[in-house]
Parts: sequence; structure tokens; C-alpha cells
Amino acid sequence: MELYMSLAIGVIFTVGVYLILSKSLLRIILGTSILTHGVHLLLLTMSKLKTGAAPLLGEKAETYVDPLPQALILTSIVISFGVTSFFFVLAYKAYQKLGTDDMEQLRGNDDE
Amino acid sequence: MNNLLVFPLLIPLCTAVILLFFKNSVIGQRWISAIGMLFNLAAAIALIYQVKTEGIQTLHMGGWLPPYGIVFVGDMLAALLVLATSIVGTFCLFFAFGTIGKEREKYYFYPFYQFLLVGVSGSFLTGDLFNLFVCFEVMLISSYALIVLGGTKKQLRETLKYILINILSSTLFVAAVAYLYGVVGTLNMADLSQRIAEVGQSGVLNVIAILFMIVFSLKAGLFLFFWLPGSYSAPPAAVSALFGALLTKVGLYALIRTFTLIFYHEPGITHHWLAWMAAATMVLGAFGAAAYSDIGRILNYNVIISVGFLAFGLAVSSKEALDGVVFYLLHDMVAKALLFIIGGMLMYIAGTGRLKEMGGLIKRYPFMGWMFFITALAIAGIPPLSGFTGKLLIIMGGFQEKYFWLTAVSLASSFIVLYSLIKIFMAAFWGAEMKNVDSLPAVNKGFIVSTAGLCLIVVAMGIGSEWVYQYVSEAGHTLINPAQYINAVLKE
Repeated sequence: MELYMSLAIGVIFTVGVYLILSKSLLRIILGTSILTHGVHLLLLTMSKLKTGAAPLLGEKAETYVDPLPQALILTSIVISFGVTSFFFVLAYKAYQKLGTDDMEQLRGNDDE
Repeated sequence: MNNLLVFPLLIPLCTAVILLFFKNSVIGQRWISAIGMLFNLAAAIALIYQVKTEGIQTLHMGGWLPPYGIVFVGDMLAALLVLATSIVGTFCLFFAFGTIGKEREKYYFYPFYQFLLVGVSGSFLTGDLFNLFVCFEVMLISSYALIVLGGTKKQLRETLKYILINILSSTLFVAAVAYLYGVVGTLNMADLSQRIAEVGQSGVLNVIAILFMIVFSLKAGLFLFFWLPGSYSAPPAAVSALFGALLTKVGLYALIRTFTLIFYHEPGITHHWLAWMAAATMVLGAFGAAAYSDIGRILNYNVIISVGFLAFGLAVSSKEALDGVVFYLLHDMVAKALLFIIGGMLMYIAGTGRLKEMGGLIKRYPFMGWMFFITALAIAGIPPLSGFTGKLLIIMGGFQEKYFWLTAVSLASSFIVLYSLIKIFMAAFWGAEMKNVDSLPAVNKGFIVSTAGLCLIVVAMGIGSEWVYQYVSEAGHTLINPAQYINAVLKE
């Protein structure tokens, strides 16, 4: 199972990087969003996909799932959600004000 | 167990939340944030006193003992940096009062400012790698807001790039944390250090170490600094002073912590890389500082040079060099804030950043001119001022550990620093006067208070080096002996 997950993460990373390297701002934001998804899956996979009971005291099971990665992923999801939404708003505002969403044209120069 | 450790986070956090309720009263916001900063200062001083008298302080959140719970650790390095943060925060705030503008003040400038301080202090105090990520994000998200607040074209454009770079580096950070957790099975720094010492730092752990190095170097502007000059020159002066003083230093602190506490077993690989990256940073930064004739650019490249210099001290990693790193880090936070405040004021007064269009300002602004001169000397490391001791210690460490070439590069970069700053001084304050001298604005009270205060600290840190050194030496002692940190956290 870990192998398939690793392959999936690799594919997601590839897609994310590809999107980030494109010119359009919208694609770049989607790329960052996909990349963070890949990282969350990586967190989940790196701690081994055990099949066990939920990590609660009353379960009386032989094996338990490690709760830490899930806590980390939850935190990371919240943060990436916030950042992505901020990025979207910023991109919209920048598009309104600068009149372009092409990163090539956003290089800028000193004379403004 | 010591609750004092959360106060540097809690005070700005509460201040920020209170500030949210006073959107329309600008005067009220100023008073509240100033009072909050003073409380923060007091907490930082109390923390240093406690660390000095009782050793390393720890706080286990919710009573969960490490390595399971979240732990906050205040060793001397963290405490000193928290103090420097609150000092810089206070003076930049005074400067912001007069210069940031009513419009920005109404749109939550002060709450974001306080949230930024929460993130910075949190990064210094946390003892857990994932928590470090969270504090980084708190700091970065508030910095995104601060850098774009005001929404001019330049700000919007530079913020897009700044956010993109930081999202990428944060993503890599989480990936590195994931790998580390997969390999070692813990994220508590003390526990990590212990376990890596047991299994030995080999193969995969070296790769992870280098991944962390890339992440923190991106944040610190070490070698991967190409985003820095643009984004730091976009926001108004008070904000770029805060950024120049604090943000890169947090990345450096993370580098120092990881490479003295966790990945210190293979200096031939990791520290060797650090040394070469430091050299490249100093050389490239020096080119930038020497080449441009625009104040904003020169100041930003000066930030980059000092990052390279500090990383060089870390790469040497002897007791002397680490003492030097701590001392220079403290000096650099204060001096860079001072430099950016004066530079920002200069650009505001002249209405331009280009040196060719300035001149002769010393007649109308003698205070500002001489203040800039003192700052330039302090940053270059001229003896009675604060930059000297740190620089001396790092260079002594470099010679003792036989890094001759790199020491030579760092000495040469100091000359470039002096050259670039004196270039500003000569062009802006001497020479023929600007044409429209009479219409130039006067400097405001906040500027005088903040520069005089920071300048006093720079001078005091230089003259009282011996006294500061006893604190710095204790911080260096903990850095060179990770066992102290581990014992304080795990065995209680």
C-alpha cells in the first residue's frame, strides 16, 4: 500500500510543480494547493499506513494508529487553506490593479 | 515548569485581539500596542533573568511530558533573541506611529504587527519541529498582510512572488518534517537529538539535514536570496525595518538550532555545505551592495551579507564562533532595524531612493546624518560599537579552525559593507544641496525617539561588550553542548 501511495504522491508533486512553473497566476495557485496536498499525503504515508484501532483508551486493541501525523496534517491543512485563500484574494486584487495575471509581465522595473 | 515562557507569545496575541476591537480609534490603537510592547519587554527581561539564575526553562503544554507533548524551551539563546525581538518591535512601532499613515492604521496594521511578533517569539521559544513550522506560518501570514497592506502596484506585485516562494519553502518544510518523522519517529528537538546520536547520522538523515538546510536557507536568505531585495523594498519603511531586523533572523535561528542540536554529527557534509553557501552569499551580496546606487537595494544587500556572515560563524561551529554568532545576531537585529529606519526616512525625505538625485542633506538634517554615520560604522564593525565584538569572535573562530579563505572572504565583505554605506552617506548627506531644499519635510518625533533609542543600544552593546558577553557566552555554551539542552527538556 505504501508503494502505491508513494507513486501517487510522486504524481501529485509532478503535477504541482508543473502548474507552478506555468505563467498564469491562477494555475500557479492551484499548483501550490496541489503540492500541499501531496505533502499531506506524504506525512500520512511516512508514518506507515498501519491498520489498527483508533488511538483511544477504551478500545483494548492490539495495535493502534499513530495519532500524531493526523494532528500534524490537520494543522497543516488549516494553514494551507488560509494561505491559499489569501493568495486567491491577492491574485484577484493584483489582477484588478495590474491588469494581468501573466507572471512574465509582473517582473516590474524601477521606474513606476 | 515555568509559565513565564508563554508570555512573549501571549502578550502580543492578547494585544492584537484587543486591538481588533478598536478599528476606528487610531490613537487608542497606538496606546494599546505601545503598552503591549512594554509588557512584552518586561516579560523578556524577566525571562532572561530567570534563565540566568535558574538555568534552561521548560514548559510542558497541558502537562504532557516530552517527548509526547508540546514543549516550550527557553535557553539563553532563545531568551536573548526574544528580548532583541521585543526591543526592535518597540522601536519600530514608535517609528511606525508617525510614518505608516492613517489609512494603514485603520486597516489593522497594529494587530498584524503584533501577530508577527507572536510568530517570531514563538519560533524562538518552541522546542518542537512541527511547532516551529506553525510559528513560522503565523509569522509569515502576518508578514504577507503587512507587506501588501496599502495595495500599491509594486506591493501587490512583490507580494505575489514573496508568497509563492514562502509557500514552496513551507511545503518543503512539511515534507522534511514528514521524512524525519518517518525515519526517527519523533519531532521533539531534544528527543530527536538524542535518538540521532544513538543511531548515528548516516545516509538518509544527511539527506533530510540538507533538505532542512534548503528550507531554512530560503527563509533566511542564505544563498537562495533572490526573492529578498524585491520584497523587502516594497512595503513602507517601518515594515521593512521590522522585516530586515527579524524575518531573516528567524530562519537563521532555525539553522543554528538544527545544526547545533540535531544534525551536528557530520560536519564534513552539512557544515561544509553551509560554509560554501555562506561564502557565496557574502560574495553575491557584496556585488549587489557595491553595484547598485539605490538606497533600498543597498540596504537589502547588506541584510544578505550579514546573513552570509552569520552562516559562516555557524559553519565554523567552535565555541568562539558560536559566541560570535549569538553576539552578532543580537547586534544585527538592532543595527539593521536602525539602518532601515534611517534609510526609509532618507528615502521619504528625498522622495527618491536614487543616490544621484540626493545631496547636501547634512545641513538640514544633522541628527539624521550623524546617526546614519554611527550606524554604518556599527554595522561594518568599527571597535567601540556593537558589531565589533561579534565579528571579532567569529573571525577568531574562523582562524582557529583553519577556514582561512572563508575568513578572508568575510573580512573583505565587511569592507564592502562599509564602502556601500559610506557611499550612501557621502552621496546623500554631503555634496551639493538638493534643489528644492526648503520644501523638504521635517523629521517627526517618532523617528528621533526610535533612532536615538536604538543607537544608544548599539553603543551600549559595544562599550558594555564584556557585560553582554557573559550572557552570550552562556548561550554559546548551551549551543556547543547539546547535552545541556537535552537534559533540561527530557529529564525533569
